[in-house]
Amino acid sequence: MKVLVPVKRVVDYNVKIRVKTDGSGVELANVKMSMNPFDEIAVEEAIRLREAGKVTEIIAVSVGPQQAQETIRTALAMGADRGILIKVDELVEPLSVAKLLRGVVESEGIELVILGKQAIDDDANQTGQMLSALLGWSQGTFASKLEIDGATARITREIDGGLQVLDLKMPAIVTTDLRLNQPRYASLPNIMKAKKKPLDEKSPADYGVEINARLKVLKTEEPGGRKAGVKVKSVTELVDKLKNEAGVL
Amino acid sequence: MAILLVAEHDNATVSDQTAKALSAALAIGSDVHVLVAGKGAQGAADGASKLQGVTKVLLAEADELAERLAEPVAALIVSIAGGYDTILAPATTMGKNVMPRVAALLDVMQVSDVIEVVSADTFKRPIYAGNAIQTVQATDAKKVITVRTATFQAAGEGGSASIETVDAAANPNLSTFVENRIAANDRPELTSARIIISGGRALGSSEKFQEVITPVADKLGAAIGASRAAVDAGYAPNDWQVGQTGKVVAPELYIAVGISGAIQHLAGMKDSKVIVAINKDEEAPIFQVADYGLVGDLFAILPELEKAL
Repeated sequence: MKVLVPVKRVVDYNVKIRVKTDGSGVELANVKMSMNPFDEIAVEEAIRLREAGKVTEIIAVSVGPQQAQETIRTALAMGADRGILIKVDELVEPLSVAKLLRGVVESEGIELVILGKQAIDDDANQTGQMLSALLGWSQGTFASKLEIDGATARITREIDGGLQVLDLKMPAIVTTDLRLNQPRYASLPNIMKAKKKPLDEKSPADYGVEINARLKVLKTEEPGGRKAGVKVKSVTELVDKLKNEAGVL
Repeated sequence: MAILLVAEHDNATVSDQTAKALSAALAIGSDVHVLVAGKGAQGAADGASKLQGVTKVLLAEADELAERLAEPVAALIVSIAGGYDTILAPATTMGKNVMPRVAALLDVMQVSDVIEVVSADTFKRPIYAGNAIQTVQATDAKKVITVRTATFQAAGEGGSASIETVDAAANPNLSTFVENRIAANDRPELTSARIIISGGRALGSSEKFQEVITPVADKLGAAIGASRAAVDAGYAPNDWQVGQTGKVVAPELYIAVGISGAIQHLAGMKDSKVIVAINKDEEAPIFQVADYGLVGDLFAILPELEKAL
């Protein structure tokens, strides 16, 4: 079985982002970029499935600028077999990404796609569900456990009240939550090896997809700030302030 | 044209999240229909019909809708979508699961996690864990939206909308429900609680977490939350996680215990009315957003707090 793992290049999760003063967006120049953390979990899960003999090939795909190649190389260094970069310089919305991924799934004969549940830049949480809809496949979102047995994938999902277990008919789309696994670090020898793994470059036109934005971003601004309050010295003072000053007790 | 609000419910009752998303719907337009998709869901439909501002409730019942699986619920919504120009749901795990599927089937780009309705086609939404707020205009003819409920007041009761039955769509038969593992407890739900007390990694173990946090929560009638670090370490279950990828809450009082205040956690609680931070590290970033900070050993402070309440 071939697995597709889409990976996104995003601002590193440790970076405190800055909003541009003219309201045009978030400052991305000279900022450390990394693979979206949920996508690392997706890559790791695919590798574990291959190690368990359930998967024969792992293809990592990224939609983005030339530099997204580095993100694919990271996936290859972790253990993916080959990569595809669909080169697009402008921002691509989840709906367009899903259409591109459908093209990859169909041209590569993919039977399972594992994606991060959301990217930590736009926090949209849409691409997996959209891809599933476009393909008419089953969808298992927010996975904390995945077991594949022939034509069925049993998935445990993190939902509002706790956990939910579903059986998905294969082929399927699975999106990862934090507790699915702990991604491995790429070792130096594997980073070197990854440089030799095949990485194809494609364009949206190769998949017959036209990139157009449906959401017009009018403005990007800083959130309303919250000021630090006061430090209290004792529990008694805290309870007094909560009762008499804040009025919340 | 009318607006369709997809209800969050458990078949018996309609959730507070639905009432909050209804306020967002009413800021977009006045003719709001609520869809209750479930099984044995008359109770939830009755509850939805009483919400102030709802003009009609649509009740669809089928076995495959009982647990609101994404594929059949999305098929149902798409089958009635023709009559609506806006379709929205609260950004619960149900809404997040179902709505993008609906959007793609309708060839619409969804607007996720709306925190403010600027106009019928323009919305504010957080990006980068709430560290930036984007104002976006949706140019698709139909709008598909999820609503971050923490920023909307719940609509009141007192309505009496009619309830109409609609047929479920053909079951796509792609996934099967096996079981829910949902811990029963008497505490208020995190997303609607007036007071929340959350614990972090400093609690050190699941036993300590229970021993220290629970008595204070009981005294306050509070919901219990946790940081990602505490959940990852197994001190607290996943559905307690507050933060960018967990639950976003805005209670009147949020007490952060032994939580350093990573931006991912702050994203989930910084809209709380009053924030209290208890932490032994006086440099912890949590103090930058706290109204009241208390520096010290939580294992000494919490029992004392419990007695003082």
